[in-house]
Amino acid sequence: MIEVQDLTKSYGDKTAVDHITFSVNKGEILGFLGPNGAGKTTTMRVLTGYLPATQGTAKVAGFDVFNDSMEVRRRIGYLPETPPLYFDMTVSGYLDFVARIKNVPVEKRAQRVESAMEMAGLAEQRDQLIKRLSRGFKQRVGLAQAIVHDPDVIILDEPTVGLDPKQIIEVRHLIKGLAGSHTIILSTHILPEVSMTCDRVVIINHGKIVAVDTPENLTLQLKGGERIRIVAQAPEQSLRDTLQKIPGAQRVQIESMGSSGRMVATVEASQGQDLRSQIAATIVGQGWPLYELRGQNLSLEDIFLQLTTEDPAQKKPEESK
Amino acid sequence: MRGLYAIYKKEMNHYFVSPVAYVVVCIFLVLAGVFFNYIMSQVIRYSFEAGMESMQMGGAGMNIDVPSMVLRGFLSILGTIVLFLTPLLTMGVYSEERKRGTMELLMTSPITDADIVLGKFLASFSLLVIMLLPTVFYVIYMFAHSAPAPPWKLIGGGYLGVLLLGGMLLALGSFLSSLTENQIVSGVLIFGLSLLLWLLDIFTQGGNSAFAKSLQYGAVLQHYDPFIRGIVDTTGLVFFGSWIFLGIFLTMRSIESMRWRRA
Repeated sequence: MIEVQDLTKSYGDKTAVDHITFSVNKGEILGFLGPNGAGKTTTMRVLTGYLPATQGTAKVAGFDVFNDSMEVRRRIGYLPETPPLYFDMTVSGYLDFVARIKNVPVEKRAQRVESAMEMAGLAEQRDQLIKRLSRGFKQRVGLAQAIVHDPDVIILDEPTVGLDPKQIIEVRHLIKGLAGSHTIILSTHILPEVSMTCDRVVIINHGKIVAVDTPENLTLQLKGGERIRIVAQAPEQSLRDTLQKIPGAQRVQIESMGSSGRMVATVEASQGQDLRSQIAATIVGQGWPLYELRGQNLSLEDIFLQLTTEDPAQKKPEESK
Repeated sequence: MRGLYAIYKKEMNHYFVSPVAYVVVCIFLVLAGVFFNYIMSQVIRYSFEAGMESMQMGGAGMNIDVPSMVLRGFLSILGTIVLFLTPLLTMGVYSEERKRGTMELLMTSPITDADIVLGKFLASFSLLVIMLLPTVFYVIYMFAHSAPAPPWKLIGGGYLGVLLLGGMLLALGSFLSSLTENQIVSGVLIFGLSLLLWLLDIFTQGGNSAFAKSLQYGAVLQHYDPFIRGIVDTTGLVFFGSWIFLGIFLTMRSIESMRWRRA
């Protein structure tokens, strides 16, 4: 349904999106994950025809977003980062306006507006002025706006931002409900959101795609790694060298713990290995006092941070494993 | 076409839901009323004094066409008020959309840039017509109470002139508004332009050099003047017509360029 080939977008000499390629199948929910400024919004803006790409192509339903912009716009519902609302309109008046500019035929318009309000849970707010609505309800109006013309493709830029936990759950339900008959791309920097709603995840950082996989695989692949926290009294350099020599130790980080001379070391083990006994034996064998030794599971957040904050030189061996 | 109508309707709705339309129309009508009253009393006093004078001289009394004089003076003032009030109608027309992010909605919807620009222009033009409509009552009043009746040519020419002048300012104002996200900046730009066009007339008065002459050509009120004398000539029509066209054209270009600049 959506095909992005080698897409690049630069602003002046700053490259926001750097040769990315991915595709989304019909009826799929694709999560776009990445820290702020990673290029998520830019990619979405290119897909909606709001910004032209510097290089590469993007196709929606077989239409090029640049050359057949009108055809693409007809088929896309888009919720930008800030919901594009007219504050002095009522909810139903606003949705009626959007339905008009999205070319919804006259005879279907009223019914489409009703069902969009229904789906977004806005039935009771229909006659309220948008400026009087709370943040969460404004976000829902933005969501209703994106689905009012029943588009094939729905693009949502951070749809749950600013909502309270209950509303977040409702919005996620809504999005899941839309899948199947609609193809959806949503961006977020919240990890659990991706694992809960998306069929596939694209992790993007500094304009480049870092990983593409199902959330299950990503979690499985990376959660297998275990992290061990050690507190010991030892000279920093020799502790580091010793720990790094242990087979299976992936990454060693050492911090000094105040003036006590104790060091806090974190060792990441590769998948399925338990290094605890080995580490304990090694440290004690060196004659260093060992104060603490504890296994920690890598959370999704850690994985995300790992994937997106590492420098490329360190990442290479990680990816190859 | 459907997109154009949707935009038009939305803009009109915006004017009348927000206080903008009411405030501008109200101030316009107060000013127009005050000036009409003032001009009328001046002309009447003048004609009365002239009559007295000629009677003292033993003459038959001068024939002064009071309705034409009042109308001409009034239409001339109307042009000046329009020059200063129309910027208020267009200063937010694109700036606000850009600031609120709604421009992104419009530009990713299946409507053309022309739909957006023309819809907005026609809406602000409609408001101008609505604003001018009550002043027609003054003219009706004059018809009812004056002999000879005020000349039709003057009324028709004058109102056509005001509409063209207003249309030009609305078109240029929309363009300036599309350049910035900041309503104040766009407002100041439009006011500055209006003031400049207005002053051009005064600065170049009496100048005979080629430079002064060419500047005079740019002075809006110089082109407005024939209209309120009841003369509708092609120079004026072409002058205002091309400014309106230019304003709309530049606005469309400016919208198009938003896609290329960083939004």
